Amino acid sequence: MTLLQAGPAKAARPRRSPLGWLREHIVLIAGLAALAYLLIPNVVVVVLSFNRPAGRFNYSWNEFSVNAWTDPCSVAGLCEALGLSLRIAVLSTLAAVVLGTLAAFALTRHRFRGRGGTNVLIFFPMATPEVVMGSSLLALFVNAAIVPLGFWTILIAHIMFLLSYVIVTVKARLAVLDPRLEEAAMDLYADERTTFWRVTFPLALPGIVAAALLAFALSFDDFIITNFNAGSEVTFPMFVWGAAQRGMPPQVNVIGTMMFVAALAAVIIGQFAGRRRRMR
Amino acid sequence: MSAPTAQPPGLVHPGLPTPPPPPPRLRSRRLPYLLLLPALAWLAIFFVVPTITLFSTSLQTGSIYEGYALTFSFSNYLDAWSRFWPQMLRSLLYAGAATVLALLIAYPLAYTMAFKAGRWRNVLLILVIAPFFTSFLIRTLAWKTILADNGIVVEVLNALRITDVLSAIGLTTDDRILATPLAVITGLTYNFLPFMILPLYATLERLDVRLIEAASDLYASPFAAFRKITLPLSMPGLVAGTLLTFIPACGDYINAQLLGSMPATAMIGNVIDAQFLRVLAYPTAAALSFTLMVGVVAIVSMYVRRAGTERLL
Repeated sequence: MTLLQAGPAKAARPRRSPLGWLREHIVLIAGLAALAYLLIPNVVVVVLSFNRPAGRFNYSWNEFSVNAWTDPCSVAGLCEALGLSLRIAVLSTLAAVVLGTLAAFALTRHRFRGRGGTNVLIFFPMATPEVVMGSSLLALFVNAAIVPLGFWTILIAHIMFLLSYVIVTVKARLAVLDPRLEEAAMDLYADERTTFWRVTFPLALPGIVAAALLAFALSFDDFIITNFNAGSEVTFPMFVWGAAQRGMPPQVNVIGTMMFVAALAAVIIGQFAGRRRRMR
Repeated sequence: MSAPTAQPPGLVHPGLPTPPPPPPRLRSRRLPYLLLLPALAWLAIFFVVPTITLFSTSLQTGSIYEGYALTFSFSNYLDAWSRFWPQMLRSLLYAGAATVLALLIAYPLAYTMAFKAGRWRNVLLILVIAPFFTSFLIRTLAWKTILADNGIVVEVLNALRITDVLSAIGLTTDDRILATPLAVITGLTYNFLPFMILPLYATLERLDVRLIEAASDLYASPFAAFRKITLPLSMPGLVAGTLLTFIPACGDYINAQLLGSMPATAMIGNVIDAQFLRVLAYPTAAALSFTLMVGVVAIVSMYVRRAGTERLL
C-alpha cells in the first residue's frame, strides 16, 4: 500500500483544492517527469528511424520513409560492426561471468587472509574512469607488443572491466541467501556437492543471470575503452561515433530501435516466465 | 556467514539407520584462493600492470619517433597540469553538476517506484533499465535533436526568457543550448541517471515502511519523516548512486564531444583521448590519466569517509 496517503491526516480533509492535490502528488509527478527524461531520447531514436533525412545527418525530421527498415545493412560496415560487437559481448560476458562467479563464491563463503585487499582490488576498476583504463591498457599493449591491437585486445579489455561488475552483482545475491536453507539440506544428509548444485547454485542463479545481463549490456555498449584498444577493428559504438562525424544514416536508428525492442521483449518474457514458475 | 561443514552431532534421530560418514571435506584452505585465482590474475595482468605501465609512461621523455626512455621526469606532471588545468576543473564542475542533477531527478523516481508504484513497480523498473539496451551513443545523439536550435525545448526556454538567465550564469550562449555547457551537463546527467536510480531504488525498496508510519504516528510532517527517517536510511544507495554517476562522468568525453563544442567545453577525457590517439604525446597523456585516477580515488575516499559508509566498500 502507498504509505503517505494512509494515516489520519488525510481522512480529516475529504475535499482537496487543486493545490492540495498537487502537494500530495508532487513526488509522483516528479517521478514521472524523471521517467520522461529517461525515455524521450528513445522515442526520438524510434521516430527518426522512419525518417528520410534531408542531408547526411539524421538529426531533424524531414519525411516519412521505411527505407531504412527494409534494408538496415545497406550502409557499408554497419552490420559487420554490429556482428563484431555481439561476438565480443557474448564471449566477454561468458568469461567474466564464469571467473566472476567463482570469485564471488570465494569472497562470500570463505574467510581467508587477504580478503579485504581482494575486495579493494575488485572495487578499483569501478572507481577508475574508463578513459584511464582504456589508455593504460593501450600503454601496456603498445609497450609489451605481444598481442596486436584488434579482436583479442578488445576481448581482454572487456573481460577486465566486466569482472568487477559481475563479482559485485553475484556477491550481492549470495550475501542475502538464507544459510539455513543449506544447513537444512546438510541436515537431510546432502553432501556438500549435492547441497551446492541442488540448493546454493539455484538460489544464486538469479544473481548470476542479472550479472550476465549487466555484463552483456556494458560490453555491447562500451565505447571509450574499446576505442583505445580496437586497433583497426570497428565495433558498433565505434561505428556510431564515426557516423556522428561523417554522416548519420537512419539505419543506425533502426538498429538502435531493434535493440530496444529485443531487450524489452526479453525482459518481459523473462518476467512472465518467472511469474509462471512462481505460481507452479 | 559461511555454510556449515559438519553434521551437528546430537540431531540424529535414534530410529534412523546409522548416519553416513561425514561428507568429504571439499572445503580446503586452498579452495578460496583457487576460486579467486583466475579473476585476480586477470585483474592483476590487465588492470594493475597497465596502471603501473601508465605511471612509468608518465615519467618518460622522448618522442614517438625517437622512442621513449624512463627518465623519472616529474616535470611531465607540472607541464600537463599547467597546460590542462582548465579542462580538469571543468570536468569536476560538469561531473559535480550532473551528479547533483541526477540525484534530484532520480530520487523522486526511485521513491515512486519503491512506495507508490504498487503493481506498476516492475513496469517502471523495466522502463528504467530498457534504455540501457539502446546504444548510449545513439541516445546521446538523440539529444542533438531534442535540444536543436529550432526545437521545442529551445523555443519554450527562449519564450520564457529562461535562456537569458542561463546565459547570464554562463551555461548557454546566444539563445541556444547545443554546443554549450548546459548541453554537456544535460547529456552527462541523462547518461548516468540509471546508475543513480537503481541503487537508490534498491535501498528504498528494502526500507521498513513501519518506521515512516511510526514517524507520522508521532506527528511528524511528511517532510520531517522524510528528513529524519527516509533520507538517512537511504544513504547507502545515495552514496553508491552518486559515486556511480560522478566517477564515469569525470572521465567522460563523449557528451562533451557530441553535444558540446570544442575546445570551449572540452573535458579532461577529451584531452587524454586527443593526446593519446591523435597528438601521440604519450607521457603527457599518461600523466593526465594518472592524475585523473588519483584525483578521483582521493575525492571518492574523502566522500565515502564523510558519508560514513566505509563498509560499503
